[in-house]
Amino acid sequence: MSGAAPWAEWLVSALIVLGAAFALIGSWGLVRLPSLMERLHGPTKATTLGLGALLIASIAWFQLGKGMWTTHELLVSLFLFVTAPISANMIAKVHLHRLRHAPGAAEPGPAGTPAAPSEAADWATHEAPHLGTAGDFEGD
Amino acid sequence: MSGAVITAALAFGFAALGLALVMNLWRLFRGPGLADRILALDTMVINVIGLIVLAGIAHGSGTAFEAALLLAMVGFVGTVAYAKFLLRGDIIE
Repeated sequence: MSGAAPWAEWLVSALIVLGAAFALIGSWGLVRLPSLMERLHGPTKATTLGLGALLIASIAWFQLGKGMWTTHELLVSLFLFVTAPISANMIAKVHLHRLRHAPGAAEPGPAGTPAAPSEAADWATHEAPHLGTAGDFEGD
Repeated sequence: MSGAVITAALAFGFAALGLALVMNLWRLFRGPGLADRILALDTMVINVIGLIVLAGIAHGSGTAFEAALLLAMVGFVGTVAYAKFLLRGDIIE
């Protein structure tokens, strides 16, 4: 784009490098970290910081270079910021659910082997809580 | 085409996101659990959205963002559907 000022080009370049570096670090964490609960951290940072920086770079580029406002990026980032915690929560629930049905499957992390979920802790799945445990509405 | 700085930044961005996709593929093959594979697929969707955004900047066209928005929606629905199936054995109860 010929119309972009030099500082705008530097700004957009810095945002692109920042976002791509965060996405790369998030995927590297996905490879490197030892257990699933720790692996969940990496990609969520890649989503919020990495894609956030890339989408801001895109908004800035189309505004400063071509003089037009684009709002699709805002929609994409809003949608991603809303959905990323939900999908991470669902994946963690799947992990706990499968851990309960295959005990001993947990990999040891830096803090040792994670404790298996107790039989009373049914919050991880969508089952109704067992009677007599915290969270059942019968005894309240 | 644009200046040299933005070209170099875009090249770095494409390379970094491509490398991130390769790492996600490794985790997808390696597992070891099903939750890891869902997480790897979810992260691949995120990285591909980043690639589409970079391609939109490189081409200077706004049409790439409809694709990014669609992919964000479909990726989220796919992740939740897979996790729900593993949790409940059913997706729509």
